Amino acid sequence: MKLIFDIALSHIRARRRQTLVSTAGVMMGVGFSIAIAALLEGSQRDFLTRIVDYLPHVVVKDEYREPPVQPSRLANPLAAVFVRGIRPHDEERGLKDPMAKVRALEEIPGARVAPALRTQIFLRYGGKDVAVAAMGVEPQRERLTSRLELDMTAGSLMALETGANGIIIGVGLARKLGVEMNGILTAVSAAGVSMKMKVVGMYRTGIVTLDESEIYMLLKKAQILAARPNVVSQIRLRLDEPTEAVEVAQAIEARWGYKTESWQEANEGFLSFFTVRNFVMYATVSAILIVASFGIFNIVSTVVFEKTRDIAILKSMGFDPGDIRAVFLVEGLVVGIIGTLLGWGLGWALCQGLAQVRFEIKLVTEVQGFLLYYTWVHYAVAGLVAAVSATLASWLPARKASRVNPVEIIRGAA
Amino acid sequence: MDAVIEARGLTRILPGPVPVTLVREVDFQAQPGELVAISGASGSGKSSLLYLLGLLDRPTEGSIQIEGRPTTTLNDSALAALRLEAVGFVFQFHFLLPEFTVLENITLPMRKRGAFGQKAQTERAMGLLADLGLQGEEAKTPDQLSGGQRQRVAIARALANDPRLILADEPTGSLDSKNGRLVFDIFKRLAESDGRAVITVTHDATLAALCHRQVHMVDGRLIN
Ligand SMILES: Nc1ncnc2c1ncn2[C@@H]1O[C@H](COP(=O)(O)OP(=O)(O)OP(=O)(O)O)[C@@H](O)[C@H]1O
Ligand SMILES: [Mg+2]
Repeated sequence: MKLIFDIALSHIRARRRQTLVSTAGVMMGVGFSIAIAALLEGSQRDFLTRIVDYLPHVVVKDEYREPPVQPSRLANPLAAVFVRGIRPHDEERGLKDPMAKVRALEEIPGARVAPALRTQIFLRYGGKDVAVAAMGVEPQRERLTSRLELDMTAGSLMALETGANGIIIGVGLARKLGVEMNGILTAVSAAGVSMKMKVVGMYRTGIVTLDESEIYMLLKKAQILAARPNVVSQIRLRLDEPTEAVEVAQAIEARWGYKTESWQEANEGFLSFFTVRNFVMYATVSAILIVASFGIFNIVSTVVFEKTRDIAILKSMGFDPGDIRAVFLVEGLVVGIIGTLLGWGLGWALCQGLAQVRFEIKLVTEVQGFLLYYTWVHYAVAGLVAAVSATLASWLPARKASRVNPVEIIRGAA
Repeated sequence: MDAVIEARGLTRILPGPVPVTLVREVDFQAQPGELVAISGASGSGKSSLLYLLGLLDRPTEGSIQIEGRPTTTLNDSALAALRLEAVGFVFQFHFLLPEFTVLENITLPMRKRGAFGQKAQTERAMGLLADLGLQGEEAKTPDQLSGGQRQRVAIARALANDPRLILADEPTGSLDSKNGRLVFDIFKRLAESDGRAVITVTHDATLAALCHRQVHMVDGRLIN
């Protein structure tokens, strides 16, 4: 009702400075929460995109989740059998019949499949020794399942097939070893095989650990180094729809029993870290907005206190308790809404400002500036929280106002 | 013809460890066209009775009918609605809203009631101002007026929705005798010309003598 608005606005207008302060409070709260949300979600999305881009979506591994059932248990299914001191059996690990599995997996719609043997080796260059994970891959398949080819900064993936004993290393590792393109290094495996290898390519993903510790070579060479001919230790899948990775992984694991990891599972640590981080973010943002709503509580309570006579006369005139409550709720909401609108502007401006900042850091990923993610959702959430807290903040004083007993006030004034 | 207001057996007791009886078994009625003065010593319960008659307070016992309508069973909102259209209050202090102009103060009850259009509201308010000798003052805020002018604005506001019942609690208490006389003349005119009932509390015997009828309160009881 317009009348309610007019009365509410007359109260607010008479208290310019206080209104300004509490509006500024809401504005700060909304503005900063938008900027913080853009920052956090920006870095998070960037990280997830990189993971989804660079890492396989599903990896079939040559392991089982559960240790194999002991033969004595199989023999006595109903008995309570305790087997102590179980140690891992030193069997020849590897996926059984890998190429048939690769072909079977290629049947999954939207999936590209590549086998790989992952083995730990030492790279020796000059006097330096570095332990790295060597991935033995089939370049023709690999180029379809990973971004490796796109991340090459020098040489090419296909050079693995043409040159003899080629390897592709990350730029981070190259820097560590001090090796350059076409440099010859020695690879030594745990099996004791050593081989001269030539750097035929370099890549850079921006994910620091990858760039420093993963190298690529032909599958055959890796099998020789590991002294495990024809063995594949993992099959990696890339999906057209990365979000389906969990289901695909479950289906594969159910089919063959091999431990099959989706990218979500492999990065569980990060994902739960993000959950915690988001929780902290929302808690902080809510705290800011709650503090801002104290300002609203303050102004509305003050007005109610100062205006008890007006409330009494309005009631004697025929305004009912609901009208009085509405007047003061409107006052809180007006401050909340104006604060929110200004806060949207501030948030937008802060994001623009942050986007201009340039710097270089190398933590988990390499970054050149703040990664910001813009979405109307941040604006909506901040606005909603502000509106809700403004309502709550003005609710108590508004209720108090609606309960003013006009008789007491008028008698007291006379 | 119905009495504008008819009260029977009104008793108001403030509950508490020591209950205080403000009003005791009061029977009272006012006819259209009547100007009634209530007098009595300080603390005798005049204001308390007026709040009951104006539906601002609820009696502990007894009943009130406004123009034949019983009010005992109405809830707070219904009482507020009835006050809005049937009752006009004038207090010792004007209680005008300081942020609003004279005109806005007077149109406030009409806007709340939503009875007339905006233009008709303004016209009606201007008419009331003219009746009360306040033409030209409509754009001022209350603090730009004299005490007597403010009280007349408060009367205009009480008349905004053309109520049948006007209740005034020492309306001349803060006015000099000239302005007090002016207010009582207005009350008399309001009662006689439009068939309203005007009930006013006053300490001033000269002013009370101008009224059609005087009643007296002693210790919460009404004596005719
Ligand atoms: N809240 C209260 N608690 C205790 N006693 C009260 C309360 N309110 C009013 N009273 C008492 O009720 C009595 C009636 O008060 P009321 O205001 O109706 O008197 P009044 O006739 O209007 O007096 P005055 O001429 O001074 O305005 C007084 O004795 C007063 O002290
Ligand atoms: Mg009194």
